[in-house]
Amino acid sequence: MPSPRYWREVPARYRLEGARCGGCGKVVFPSRPVCPECRSRVLQPLTLSRRGTVITSTVIHVAPDEFASEAPYAIAIIETPEGARLMAQVVDCDPAGIVPGVEVALEFRMIRREGHGGILCYGHKGVPVSPPAERA
Amino acid sequence: MRDVAIVGAGMTQFGELWTASLRSLFVEAALGALESARADHVDSIYVGNMSAGQFVGQEHLGPLMADALGMRGVPAVRVESACASGGHALRLGCMEVASGMADLVLVTGVEKMTDGVDVTNVLATASDQENEVYHGITFPGLYAMIARAHMQSRGTTEKDLHWVSVKNHRHGALNPKAQFRGEVSVEDVAASSMVAEPLRLLHCSPVSDGAAAVLLAPLARAKEFTDRPVRITGSGAATSAMALADRADPAFLDAVEKSAQRAYAMAGIQPKDIDVAEVHDCFAIAEICALEAMRLTEGCNPVQAARSGYTALGGKRPVNTSGGLKSKGHPVGASGVAQAIEIFEQLRGEAGERQVAGAHRGATQNMGGSGASSVVHIFERV
Repeated sequence: MPSPRYWREVPARYRLEGARCGGCGKVVFPSRPVCPECRSRVLQPLTLSRRGTVITSTVIHVAPDEFASEAPYAIAIIETPEGARLMAQVVDCDPAGIVPGVEVALEFRMIRREGHGGILCYGHKGVPVSPPAERA
Repeated sequence: MRDVAIVGAGMTQFGELWTASLRSLFVEAALGALESARADHVDSIYVGNMSAGQFVGQEHLGPLMADALGMRGVPAVRVESACASGGHALRLGCMEVASGMADLVLVTGVEKMTDGVDVTNVLATASDQENEVYHGITFPGLYAMIARAHMQSRGTTEKDLHWVSVKNHRHGALNPKAQFRGEVSVEDVAASSMVAEPLRLLHCSPVSDGAAAVLLAPLARAKEFTDRPVRITGSGAATSAMALADRADPAFLDAVEKSAQRAYAMAGIQPKDIDVAEVHDCFAIAEICALEAMRLTEGCNPVQAARSGYTALGGKRPVNTSGGLKSKGHPVGASGVAQAIEIFEQLRGEAGERQVAGAHRGATQNMGGSGASSVVHIFERV
C-alpha cells in the first residue's frame, strides 16, 4: 500500500471522523461528499464515540497472509451510539464470545504491518467492555 | 427492442485444469458455442472476467480473445462486476442484439484461478479495500457475517446451511462438467474445517478454472442457427452498498431483490411462474438469501427449502440443478454465463439426469462482492 493511500485515510482511521448529513441526518463513516440516503452535499464533520455494539460478526480461521499469525480472530460490524457502522477486529477476548449484542470499546491499535520494512498501519479495534455473552 | 434468443452454447469442464490457460479455456468454450449453432462469424464479443489482471497478470482481454478465436477485427470488450461479470456480460450482449446494433453476439465468461496467486487476496478485492479488507476480513468472512445476521434475525441454523451443500452436491454429481461429482452428507459438511464462523469448508464454493459461452441472435433469425432457441425475456440488474456495514439489514441482499423485480417486470412474470433457477450459491447462506430476495419459494420458508426438498430435483422448484457454484465449481467470471447454459439446456430438454420435466421458464441470478451487484435473467422455451 503506497503511503499516500495510507495517509489519506488517517482522519477516519485515527480519529474516527465521519459526518452527519444536513439533509436527512444520516450518519456516515468515513465521511463522503454525497449522502447515500438523500444525496445532500451538506455533510457536517462528526467524530464518532469510541464505543459501540456488535451487529454481526465472524471468527476468521482461514486468514489473509498478513493476518495469518493472528488467526483465529473475531471481526465484527459495530454500530456506534451515533448510528454509524464500521468493521473492526475485536480483540483481547475469546473470539467465540463476540456475537451480536456485545458492547465494545474502540481502541487505537496497530492493524497491520506493511511487508518487510514497510510502514506500520493503525486504526481501531474493539475490546469487549463487559464479559462476552455466553455462546449458545 | 428486438426479442433476443440464445442459439448456441459451449463450456469447458470446471475444475483445477493445470494444462489449460486463460486463453485456451476461452477458445474451447467459444468454439463450442459457435459450432453448436453452426455459426461462422460473430458481430461482437463480450468477455466476462473478474480479475485476470491479478490471477494471471493479463488485462485487455477483448482483443486477446478475439485474436485467439481467429476473429481479429471483431469488436470485443471485457466486462467486470466481480463474480457477476458473466451475468453482466450476458446483459450487455442482450442489449446489443435487442438494440439492433449487432445480430450475432458471442457472450463469454472465463477465469483462470489456479496459476499460483493468493486467491483469498484477489477475491477480497471485490469488497471495500479501505474499510473492510484493511481490517482483515476475507470473502468467506463477509458471507459468514451475513449468515450470522441471518441466524440472528430469521432463526437460520447451521444445519439449514449444511442442507444447501448436500442438495447442490447431489445435483452436481449428475453433471459431467462439475468440478466435484461426489455427494456429501450433512455429517460431512458439519465435520469439515472451519473457514469463517459459522461457515465451514463445505459451505464454500471452490477455486476453479473454466469458461462458458453462449451465442445470442435476434429471435427472428434464431431458426437459422438452431431448431430450439431459448428466448431471453427479462434482464434486471442492481447495485447495493459496497460495504456490508452500510446495509440496513446485513442479512438481506437488496440488490438481488431489485434486480429480480426488474427482470420479472420486463418478462411480465411472477416468481411463481419460474420452473427452474440457478442462483449464486458462492456460500451456502447466499443461496438462502437469494431465494428470499427473489421470492422463489412461495409457501416454503427459504431457510428450509433445501432440507425440505422444495429446491431439490423432483421438488416444486429445483434450484441449482447444475450443482451450483458449490459443486459445479466457481471460475468467478464464467459462472454467470454457465448458469445461463444450465437453464438453456433445461429448457431444451437436454439436461440428462438433471432434467426438470416440462421446464418452460427459467431464471438465473448472479452476484458480485458481498451482494453489492446482482443481475437476473429470465428465459423461456420458444
